[in-house]
Amino acid sequence: MTDGKTALSELTEISSQVDAAVLFSADGEVVASTLPDTRAKELAASAKALFEEAGRVGAGELSQLEAATADGSLFVVRDGDLLIAASTGAEPTSGLVFYDLKATLRNAAAKPKPKPKPKPAAKRKPRAKSSGTS
Amino acid sequence: MGRRSLFALGLAAGSLLGIGLYARRGRARERIDLYFADGSMSSLDGGSSEASRLLAQARDGLRAARP
Repeated sequence: MTDGKTALSELTEISSQVDAAVLFSADGEVVASTLPDTRAKELAASAKALFEEAGRVGAGELSQLEAATADGSLFVVRDGDLLIAASTGAEPTSGLVFYDLKATLRNAAAKPKPKPKPKPAAKRKPRAKSSGTS
Repeated sequence: MGRRSLFALGLAAGSLLGIGLYARRGRARERIDLYFADGSMSSLDGGSSEASRLLAQARDGLRAARP
C-alpha cells in the first residue's frame, strides 16, 4: 500500500508520542527514517543490538520490547524481516505506541497495489459505406 | 524549643522524605519490558544486571534519536 518513508510520515502524523523512528531490516540496513542518515544508522545499530541481546534473555521468540529510562523510552518491534525502532518521552502510553508501530510495520511491508491498466480504447467499427448517392 | 524551630525541623524532614520518594520513583521507572511471540511478557527491573546492560544500549539509541 505504501513505502517505508510514507509509512513513517503517517506514523509521526498520527502519534504525538513518537519523537523519532527508523525502519530497518533484520541485518541492520536502514530502510527509512525520520532522522538524518548518520543518526538513523546509529539508532538502527543500537536497536538491533538491544533486540538481539534482549532476545537471548527469554526462551521464546521476542516480538517487541520497551526500554524505559528516566529520560524516555525506546521501542523496538519486529514483523518478519522488518523492524522499527522509535523513541518517545518519559512514561509514554506503551500500548498505543506499540499499536502505532505495528500498523506502521504492516503499512511498510505491504506491497504497493499495481496501478489499474488503462482500458484499451474501443475499436471503432469501420463505417459502412453509404450506398446511396447524394 | 520554639514553634519556629519545630516548624523548620518539620519542613526539613518533609523535604528529605519528598526527595527520597521522588528519587525512588525515578529509579522504579527504569525497566525493560519484553514481549514474546507466544503472548508471554517479561519485565526486567532496572536494578538487575541484565536490565542495566540492556538499558545502557537503549540509552545509546535514545542519544542517537535526539539532537
